[in-house]
Amino acid sequence: MGDPINLIGDWLRNLMTGWGLPENLATFILTVMGVVVMASFLLILDIALVWLERKVVARFQDRIGPNRLGPFGIIQPFADIIKLLIKEDITPQGADRIIYNIAPLFALATVLMMWAVIPFAPTILGADVNVAVLYIVATGAVGTLGVIMAGWASNNKYALLGAFRTVAQMVSYEVPMVIALLIPVLLARSMGLQAIVDAQQPWFILVAPLAAAIFLVTSIAELGRAPFDINEAESEIVAGFHIEYTGMKFGLFYAGELLHALTVSALVSTLFLGGWRGPFVDQVPILGVFYLFVKAFLIYYVIMWIRYSFPRLRIDQMLGFSWKFLTPLALVLLILTAILDKAMEGATPLVYTLVMLGMNILLVWATVQVLRTYARVERRRVAERRPVATATEADFKELIGQE
Amino acid sequence: MSVYQIVFLITAVVTLGAAVMVVSARSLVHSALWLILALFGVAVTFALLSAPFFTVVQVVIYIGAISILMIFAIMLTRRVMQDTGPGVNQGWWMALLLSFLLFGGLAWMLSTWEGFGTALPALPEGVDQVKALGVALVSPNAYVLPFEVASVLLLAALIGSIVVAWEKK
Repeated sequence: MGDPINLIGDWLRNLMTGWGLPENLATFILTVMGVVVMASFLLILDIALVWLERKVVARFQDRIGPNRLGPFGIIQPFADIIKLLIKEDITPQGADRIIYNIAPLFALATVLMMWAVIPFAPTILGADVNVAVLYIVATGAVGTLGVIMAGWASNNKYALLGAFRTVAQMVSYEVPMVIALLIPVLLARSMGLQAIVDAQQPWFILVAPLAAAIFLVTSIAELGRAPFDINEAESEIVAGFHIEYTGMKFGLFYAGELLHALTVSALVSTLFLGGWRGPFVDQVPILGVFYLFVKAFLIYYVIMWIRYSFPRLRIDQMLGFSWKFLTPLALVLLILTAILDKAMEGATPLVYTLVMLGMNILLVWATVQVLRTYARVERRRVAERRPVATATEADFKELIGQE
Repeated sequence: MSVYQIVFLITAVVTLGAAVMVVSARSLVHSALWLILALFGVAVTFALLSAPFFTVVQVVIYIGAISILMIFAIMLTRRVMQDTGPGVNQGWWMALLLSFLLFGGLAWMLSTWEGFGTALPALPEGVDQVKALGVALVSPNAYVLPFEVASVLLLAALIGSIVVAWEKK
């Protein structure tokens, strides 16, 4: 009891072996079925996400949002889908047809692939690989490839600019992201997500709050969501990499982006908020799925909150934020966590958590002090009186020489 | 023939086919994308050898970092992306001969190795491969020296790139 998914799986396996199918083939069919069920579940959830996103953004912007179709406008996403499906499907002239058409698939499929390693409950998970954390980094990188392919194949300068910006953004934000990911790995002594969830007593958000924050920020950057959405900045490059896409091909990018946001939320929950952990989950494993999604939607709300509260950053500000702020901070945090972890071998969990939490708070305080000093210097520099037109003496002499 | 062998053969054909396409594709971006497929094939081969860590690292480093930077560099040079000249020059037969010799030499060398014909031994139960690799990398009896040398080399490259990019005041 309490685990209907494995129950159904075992029943089907017995049924198939009862028909005389070999054990290997039965396992294979069950795996394929699991993948199909999982992907369908996520894509159906994706439809709900469209509605949720539109409703929440409307509230942030003091509007009501979709409210005509069905109660609370709940049928609106289906109308949207029908609209997308009957739109004209355009491939621009001079586009690289094959790459242009597989790019949206890449964008959505890589997001779905990430769910393969996320544990839903103590007994329910796709694949318990021992390198799950690295797998997630790898899939994220492949997903970015979809954006680059879309930008290049569209034969459009704005799309290409969007792709360039994506590469700059991804390459710089991957560094602090991987360092922040190392901290739960270090605390759990494993790269498997199930082992990381098992090790979370208490949740890692208490032991490493700063790592959670860095991971969330860098993940939002990899998502390409506001305030990091320079790769589709409407006011600068129209729509960026997906400018030429119409109908359902655009729909795949859109669905991929929303689902990616939920995936990131689920990852933050799994790595730092205890994943499926919650009361009675040992007796009734299926409750874990509920807990995971509650936590994931909480983080999803935070991501939407950030998205609709902050203006877009300029590209130099964004890259500076990653290289000059997040990367050094993540490195210092990793080194301090490793040293303290080694120094406190054999300490009780309470002492361990308190010391780690204290270290994080101290580090935040020190960072804020450094930032204040920097801001003071910067303000003084900006406030300095400068002549209206400047030419250094050397330039000036050169000009005279030419005459 | 087991499923394992069929999967290996498909992977090998895809990898080699993609590698041929890398050198024969007309557009540089297409070459780079075929290269990604070839590197992915190598990752699948690692997976078939039950080395999950190398599979993932292959994807992270070769596809996630190197290939994407290559595509980035290629996309910046929009004018030279399309090459209209002939794909081969007069020395093509020498390259063919050399690659056959190299392949033959390697195959011969491997066939004289005693481990060539033996089946893949099963991994002992309960060994965390990633942990074993990590310990081996920093253990003085194993690979700590090459590991440190590689680290110093990377650090030097990092500092070098900063020096090159430094704005002269």
